[in-house]
Amino acid sequence: MFENLSERLSGVFDRLTKQGALSEEDVKTALREVRVALLEADVSLPVAREFIKKVQDQATGQSVTKSVTPGQQVVKIVHDALVDTLRGDEDPGKLKIDNPPAPILMVGLQGGGKTTTTGKLAKRLKDRDGKKVLMASLDIYRPAAMDQLAVLGAQIGVDTLPIVKGQKPVDIAKRAKQQAALGGYDVYMLDTAGRLHIDEILMQEVEDVRNVVDPRETLLVVDGLTGQVAVEVAQEFDDKIGISGVVLTRMDGDGRGGAALSMRAVTGKPIRFVGLGEKMDAIETFEPDRIAGRILGMGDIVALVEKA
Amino acid sequence: GRLLGRGTTDEPRRVLDDDMLEQLEELLIASDMGVDTALRITSNMAEGRVGKRLSATEIKELMAQEIARVMEPVAKPMPIYSKRPQVVLVVGVNGSGKTTTIGKLASQFKGAGKKVVIAAGDTFRAAAVEQLQVWGERAGVPVLTAPEGSDPASLAFDAMTRAQEEGADLLMIDTAGRLQNRSDLMEELAKIVRVIRKKDETAPHNTLLVLDATTGQNALNQVDVFRKISDVSGLVMTKLDGTAKGGVLVALADKFGLPIHAIGVGEQIDDLAPFDPEEFAAALTGLDT
Ligand SMILES: Nc1nc2c(ncn2[C@@H]2O[C@H](COP(=O)(O)OP(=O)(O)OP(=O)(O)O)[C@@H](O)[C@H]2O)c(=O)[nH]1
Ligand SMILES: Nc1nc2c(ncn2[C@@H]2O[C@H](COP(=O)(O)OP(=O)(O)OP(=O)(O)O)[C@@H](O)[C@H]2O)c(=O)[nH]1
Ligand SMILES: [Mg+2]
Ligand SMILES: [Mg+2]
Repeated sequence: MFENLSERLSGVFDRLTKQGALSEEDVKTALREVRVALLEADVSLPVAREFIKKVQDQATGQSVTKSVTPGQQVVKIVHDALVDTLRGDEDPGKLKIDNPPAPILMVGLQGGGKTTTTGKLAKRLKDRDGKKVLMASLDIYRPAAMDQLAVLGAQIGVDTLPIVKGQKPVDIAKRAKQQAALGGYDVYMLDTAGRLHIDEILMQEVEDVRNVVDPRETLLVVDGLTGQVAVEVAQEFDDKIGISGVVLTRMDGDGRGGAALSMRAVTGKPIRFVGLGEKMDAIETFEPDRIAGRILGMGDIVALVEKA
Repeated sequence: GRLLGRGTTDEPRRVLDDDMLEQLEELLIASDMGVDTALRITSNMAEGRVGKRLSATEIKELMAQEIARVMEPVAKPMPIYSKRPQVVLVVGVNGSGKTTTIGKLASQFKGAGKKVVIAAGDTFRAAAVEQLQVWGERAGVPVLTAPEGSDPASLAFDAMTRAQEEGADLLMIDTAGRLQNRSDLMEELAKIVRVIRKKDETAPHNTLLVLDATTGQNALNQVDVFRKISDVSGLVMTKLDGTAKGGVLVALADKFGLPIHAIGVGEQIDDLAPFDPEEFAAALTGLDT
């Protein structure tokens, strides 16, 4: 599938061989292909449209480096604009965990990777920062969800809140808060059940949990393979519970990760981490350059222009 | 959300021109259909109609018809064979809904009078076995397990022996989630299939690939690779109770033509429905609102 795109692009670029400043027409022609590339990478339509418009204005009139074609130059400008949009102001890896015990709330759709990411971040906090971490599962719905977190806790040597059958999520959250304070924990992480952003009852439930613990970080865990719906999901979770960042999972796959751009552009919230596998150490802090290259799928061209 | 505005009795009409076609194409792209397929659908719609004046409802109906036409040939329930046990292998990427779908299917087949056995072939993920055991209880179906970390292929082999001994009609085998670009894990899956075939060369009789409706264009790669490795015979799309429209199914139908057996519409045991092309097309185009 991606060969087609490259072929199509090189066709377009061959036609744009005039040197000098980028004409409006050059930019338009190249951006038509870039738009397709973004959409094929699952960047949401309104975000792609907005982005193209911005680049159109930015690129027109810019001078073209001698050894590259106008098309290649446009791709480089697009790449830089992508990095610019994706980059947050702060260090994505630095979680706000002052004032112990600091609560971290994990939220997201079903199956996105919340429980796994809870374990990964707990391990990271313990190993890298020497923090004492408590994990609690508020997932009273999915079969064996609490066991899943307990097994992960045992694997990574992080305590989990004892399971009490029949308790409501808000009450589990209160118990976690109390246990974290009494037990001298630096951080307590609340793993929640997967829920649809349109499920009013379950969204209210997690809002109640938020009100009880007042989290220092609320991380939205999103599958990196997500398509056009990413924008709506991020927006709804942010509107209803307020998120402090996004974790993009399954980036070990061959998905292009356009959801990252969509969510960042629409909510303004930083992408903090990427999940790169199922193992407990398969997590890294977000690097805008790498994702930009993946979304655009034209890393070779970018490298070429950078060298020129 | 809706793809187009709600229609009224004396709706304004608009000329079907390039501008409108581009708008329609974008509506389809927003459903995850992908650029190529969206273009194909809109150009089919345009054929012989450019310059005609159409209302929003007429346009939606036209679009829904085009989509339903592509989807009708692939809307087929999972076939049942006379072979006992009929082996159903369930595969897919992480978190797509394999285990839940097995629980739902087991319940449906049991309800239809079949003797069903489930094998917990995800010996990797934390508490995957426990999760499936709960589904087994809910469906009233026995679950065969092996300890965490053991070889899923040998579990599948043992499960076939057990299912034969017990005279089961259906053996459903759960597998661990795996991304299709992980060649080591895909090789593990290929081995599961090989071992099953040692026991019965006609098995697995169905290999179901479970896709998540929130997934975008990567679903195309998923189908492509899983099909090559494990001979996928049909698809199930889960999480269509959310706001994702699953437009990529149209691209998949177009490209691979694999049957779509069922859709997941929730987390409860009864939340599995047959795939209905007209309903799907109506939801995708906003005709149902
Ligand atoms: N390949 C890969 N798999 C992942 C990653 N993160 C999570 N997973 C897998 O995705 C599946 C779902 O992960 P969970 O952590 O259970 O997801 P969840 O969001 O807690 O799911 P629910 O609680 O059911 O909503 C599991 O098979 C995980 O092993 C990742 O970064 N890469
Ligand atoms: N809303 C909704 N949620 C679903 C549906 N099907 C499954 N889920 C949820 O999605 C999450 C993942 O489902 P699982 O059945 O564990 O997925 P899996 O493919 O077995 O996951 P792994 O074994 O970890 O790869 C769970 O929270 C399920 O309840 C569906 O049709 N709709
Ligand atoms: Mg979970
Ligand atoms: Mg499973």
